[in-house]
Amino acid sequence: MKRTIVTLVGKDMVGIIARVCTYFADNGINILDIAQTTVQEYINMMMIVDTSTYTGDFATLSAELDAVGRELGCVIKAQQEEIFNMMHRI
Amino acid sequence: MPRIGLNEVMETNEMIEREHLDVRTITLGINLMDCCDSNLGRLKTNVKKKVVSKGRDLVSVGDQIGMEFGIPIVNKRVSVTPIAMVGASACRTPADFVELAVALDEAAEEIGVNFIGGYSALVMKGAGRADALLMDSIPEALSSTERVCSSVGLASTKAGINMDAVLSMGRKITELSELTGDRDSVGCAKLVVFCNPPDDNPFMAGAFHGVTEADSVINVGVSGPGVVKTAVSKVPGESFEVLCETIKKTAFKVTRAGQLVAKEASRRLGVPFGILDLSLAPTPAVGDSIADILKEMGLEHAGAPGSTAALAILNDQVKKGGVMASSYVGGLSGAFIPVSEDRGMVAAVEAGALTLEKLEAMTSVCSVGLDMIAIPGDTSPETISGIIADEMAIGMVNNKTTAVRVVPVHGKGVGDMAEFGGLLGGSPVMAVNAFDCGGFVRRGGRIPAPIHSFRN
Repeated sequence: MKRTIVTLVGKDMVGIIARVCTYFADNGINILDIAQTTVQEYINMMMIVDTSTYTGDFATLSAELDAVGRELGCVIKAQQEEIFNMMHRI
Repeated sequence: MPRIGLNEVMETNEMIEREHLDVRTITLGINLMDCCDSNLGRLKTNVKKKVVSKGRDLVSVGDQIGMEFGIPIVNKRVSVTPIAMVGASACRTPADFVELAVALDEAAEEIGVNFIGGYSALVMKGAGRADALLMDSIPEALSSTERVCSSVGLASTKAGINMDAVLSMGRKITELSELTGDRDSVGCAKLVVFCNPPDDNPFMAGAFHGVTEADSVINVGVSGPGVVKTAVSKVPGESFEVLCETIKKTAFKVTRAGQLVAKEASRRLGVPFGILDLSLAPTPAVGDSIADILKEMGLEHAGAPGSTAALAILNDQVKKGGVMASSYVGGLSGAFIPVSEDRGMVAAVEAGALTLEKLEAMTSVCSVGLDMIAIPGDTSPETISGIIADEMAIGMVNNKTTAVRVVPVHGKGVGDMAEFGGLLGGSPVMAVNAFDCGGFVRRGGRIPAPIHSFRN
């Protein structure tokens, strides 16, 4: 399993998570975990996804998520999970 | 292992986006000894061929790793075997060495790195013929190239201080200042002199690939003054124990990110991982400042009484946190205190809080030395040699690395602004003690190595 952390920051509105989930469903990416907080009208969301069945490379995934983000007026960022494990787990 | 949570992800990304957490440099060390030839033309061809073939993928791999982990990797650089050794049998004049510098510059341009370090000589005890030629060539070499960085080892705890070389380098710094006088003497920013230089330093201008190293090696320099500053700002008025714990924990996290990048770069480039350098290196960006950390610790400005103690704490806690985060720590590791590259230091100079003498005291507990300090253009070469000798003495006696990278700004005096551009920043010209030291530095010979017992 190859885990990627996807974060979304932006102004909350109806359908944001649905749009991101649709992208993952269309690209064979399984969502393992979702967490989010909203402060006033802003949303901060994180997803842990399994990209082992995704056929593209990381740069493509990153660029496509960026495009989805721009469509939604949010910033979406994909990062490999290792950096968080390294920094927050001994 | 419990899954990563939203808060942890947010903390990391906050560090990257708001607090300037980055990996400052991936530096590829390349051994050039197998390029040696008695024919200068062949030597230049060999050097270019080796640097280009080893470093071809460095920039693209660095960018790719940065993209995948979402952490900026600011610089990709190359360090090479000290060129005085590589060019010893081919170079018969300083001009021959300059040709070699141009070849290095071209190789660096071809692979897209912004600096190549190792235009160096190690003369702590004495200078060989080639060492002397290289030192002579430095002003011309650095003023006629863009990317070449030079360093000269002048002293060590074991060998003492080569005062002939210290005197010579005072003159070379002055010549280089004049040759690049039209650009605020920026050439001097690419030249550093050392006591106890490390073989595996990834940071410029002092990086070179030491003779004790393997054929090629990946060394990584982490950074993150902004992250430490933010962490310290969350514990105002707390005891030193709390302060130290806070810095240590932050340094651990910062170093872990660097360790990951270093291992990945090593794997993808097929080059062994050497060391991680734990240095906190400031940039001119707002909030990416060592001086700001000292202010958060409770000082009105860097340079106020207490600055040396505060810096000692910072340096030590960075090492203590970082050492646990990486299996191989080396290079300079600690806190850099350059002036022009650090907005907070510049503000301290402008406020009159920070003087050259206080900076000298602070270098006895920081990781390197007098760094990126603009001094008056009419400072005499002997005075520059005196400044160097003092700094070398601190390193020699205290068994630590010290260095001098001062910029006598051609045509400018105390208080005038010097602009070096980019990450080198800019700074007001600082006052230098004007009393003469010529009679001392001109004596000639060596200062003997210190005794290693009776330490007081």
